[in-house]
Order: sequence, then structure tokens, then C-alpha cells
Amino acid sequence: MLEHLELFFKSIFIDNMVFAVFLGMCSYLAVSKKVSTAVGLGAAVIFVLAVTVPMNWLLDQYVLQPGALAWLGEEFVDYDLSFLSFILFIATIATMVQLVEIVVEKFAPALYNSLGIFLPLIAVNCAILGGSLFMQAREIPSLALAFNYGVSSGIGWFLAIVAIAAIREKIRYSAVPAPLRGLGITFIITGLMGIGFQSFGGMLTGDNEPPLVEETVVEAAEFEAPITSDELNELTGLEAEETPDAEETIASIN
Amino acid sequence: MGLLSKKDAKLVLDPLADNNPITIQVLGICSALAITAELKASLVMAFSVLFVLGAGNVVISLLRNVIPSKIRIIVQLVVVATLVIIVDQVLKAFAYELSKTLSVFVGLIITNCIIMGRFEAFALGNGPWKSFLDGIGNALGYGVILVIIGFFRELLGSGTLLGNAVLGDPIAKTGLYAYGYENNGFMIIPPAALIVVGIIIWVQRSRNPQLIEEA
Repeated sequence: MLEHLELFFKSIFIDNMVFAVFLGMCSYLAVSKKVSTAVGLGAAVIFVLAVTVPMNWLLDQYVLQPGALAWLGEEFVDYDLSFLSFILFIATIATMVQLVEIVVEKFAPALYNSLGIFLPLIAVNCAILGGSLFMQAREIPSLALAFNYGVSSGIGWFLAIVAIAAIREKIRYSAVPAPLRGLGITFIITGLMGIGFQSFGGMLTGDNEPPLVEETVVEAAEFEAPITSDELNELTGLEAEETPDAEETIASIN
Repeated sequence: MGLLSKKDAKLVLDPLADNNPITIQVLGICSALAITAELKASLVMAFSVLFVLGAGNVVISLLRNVIPSKIRIIVQLVVVATLVIIVDQVLKAFAYELSKTLSVFVGLIITNCIIMGRFEAFALGNGPWKSFLDGIGNALGYGVILVIIGFFRELLGSGTLLGNAVLGDPIAKTGLYAYGYENNGFMIIPPAALIVVGIIIWVQRSRNPQLIEEA
């Protein structure tokens, strides 16, 4: 349960699709002029991610990974089809988007009308393929977690596009320098929002990211390396009583 | 450009500035920003897109009379995905470290809007030679922006270019660092890329007021 909660918050805030890895920027910039359309596209992205990430997780586990074909029989154990990931993932996504479109049109016409043209566009939204590729790269261990990852990444993207759409609606009344109007200021605002989201990075600093901690320790050690001779004197002086070798070093320095 | 007629030259040169895919057409931002913290990764990404877009435009242009318009998106995706797999395998074979840095962003060339955009807007209606030039031009326009962003982010953020220390050594305090210069760690974090692109757009539009958007 805890890992679900952790993944959920991590995907929404820390590894936010837009602010941390820049996925789905094209539609993020193009469809964020009005809040209502932004909500529609955001909802469609959550929906499609929730369907395609678990689908591609199954594909990855049972077809693509090295040794994944073992369920077919002994002779398939050595097969490694991972180079086919891109083409299979994008095929799943394109097909699923078509399928979702047909199903939604049949059973929920109201939702279909509100999503409108956004559904077919989503097939080529990098957030969707990116969701599947990151799921593969991060080796998400179970189907339930993959579903969680899909939904929470979608929510993160939804938050980002609704927030920028609201800001863009308001910014129309501000005196933006002419060359920055439109695209330029949107980029800069997104950058500033991204810096804000960076602060969420401190939220989950448990034992889940040991390599990061190690790196900072190494960096710190490197920074301490160039000490002045006075500091060295102090340091070796302090250690003098504890280690016999230190007396020699003090002598050599003096 | 003696080799190319005036029209052909325009196909290549226009996307470099006044019709740039990133700053004017707003295509292909996704992969453009995440990998530009280092100049080397930017260059590799630019070359990968150059290959995929040049070759892809030719393939689509050759097939343009056989592809039924209803399923053209799927056909385009298959063509791009095949080319991207080639790029990915080549990178893994000859530049493994770099392919780790680029990670999923090589795969994301598939959904790079520049590629689908050029297929739709140009290759489906023009011959192979023109499509090739259009592909090269747009990929170069994309590459130029990538290299500019990568140059500034690496220079200001780490004080290096292509991994070579150009401003001196921050630890031994040589070069500029001897005068109290510090690396700007801000340039390394992802949001800085967005702000750098914003500034590039600002500069470009101040120089060419025709590009300014209506409020």
C-alpha cells in the first residue's frame, strides 16, 4: 500500500510529466489557451494513460523482455525482443486510442462529445508513449503499480495543463513585452512553475534513491579537498592525540 | 548554393530562422528540452532527428500514392518507429554511455511532432527530392536550437563544452574561477531549458517584428 502511495505522489509532483521530463509539450503549448479545452484534453490523457500503460506493461512482461517468452515453451527462453519495444508500444497506443474512441462513442456519447477531437490527437502525444517507455525503463514491478503509474502521471499532466491554461487566460490583461507575447511568455512561465515543482523533490527522501545520496556525498568530499595549509594544520592537530602517524605529518608540515 | 535551385535552397534555409520548427511552428519541444543539459547529447539528438526526418520524408513521399488516407497515421508511425529503432540500436552499439543519457528520449523521437508534422504537411504532397530537402532543413532548424540551448546550459551550468573544461577548474580555482566565478547550478535543472527557449524566442522576435503574435 505504501509503495502505491509513494509512486502516486512521486509521479504527480516530483516526476511531473511536464515540469520534470517535458513530455507532451506540443499539445501542452497548443491547447492551453482556454481552461475548458485544457480540462478536456487533460481528462483524455489520464484516460488513455490508464489504459495503455498497463497494456504495455503486460506486453513488456510477456513478450518483449529477455526471457519473457518462456511461457511459450523451452525453446523460446533465450529470445530477447526488447528492440521491438518502440514499434509494439506505439502500435498498442494507436490501436487502443482507436478502440477507446469507438467504445466511448458508443457507450458514453456525452463524454465523447466533450473529448471531441482530442482523443485521436492523443495517439501522437509524447506523454502517452513516454509513460510506457518510462514504465519500462523504471522496471515497475506489478500490473497494479503500472496502472497506478499511468493514472498518476496522467493526473500530473492534467494539473500542469489546467494551471497553465488558467494563467494564460489571466495574462491576457497584462502588459507583456510584444516579442514575448504568446509562446515566449508561456515558456518562461512554465519554467518558473517547473522551478516551483522542483521543491517537491524534497518530499520523498527516504531510502528510495540511494544513488543520489551517494553522489552528493562524493561531491561534498571533492569540494572539501582543496583545504588551505592552515586548515590542514588544525585538522591534523586535532587528530594528533588519536593517531600516532599524525605527529609525523605535523612535523613534515611544520 | 550552386547545387540547388533558389526554390530548393529556400526549403532548406527557411526552417533555420524564420520558419523554425521549435520557435515558430512550436513542434518537437518534448524531446528538445530534456536532453540539452549537455552539448554532446544535444548534438547526438540533432543528428538522430536529421537521419529520421530526412529518411522518413523520402520514404513517405515515395509511398504517398499508395497509402490510403484513412490509415496514414499508422503507416507514418510504423515508418518512424522503424527508423528510430535503427538509430537506437546504432547508438547502443557505438555510444552506449550516451544512449544511457538519452534513455527514453531516443524512443520519443517517434512522437516528436516535427516528424509527423512534416510528413503530414509536406511529404504527403511532394516528390522525394523536395521532401528530402524539407526534412533536412527542418531537422537542421531543430538542431540549431538544440545546440544553442545545449551550448549555454553546459557552459553556464557546468563550465564545460563537450566535456572539456573551458572556464578553468572550479576545484583548483584556475581560469575564471580564480576571480570568484561560480557555476550556475540553475542551468542544469530541467526548468532552465524552458527559460532559455523563452529567451531565444524573445531575441528572435525582437529582431524580426513580423513574427510577433497578436495579443
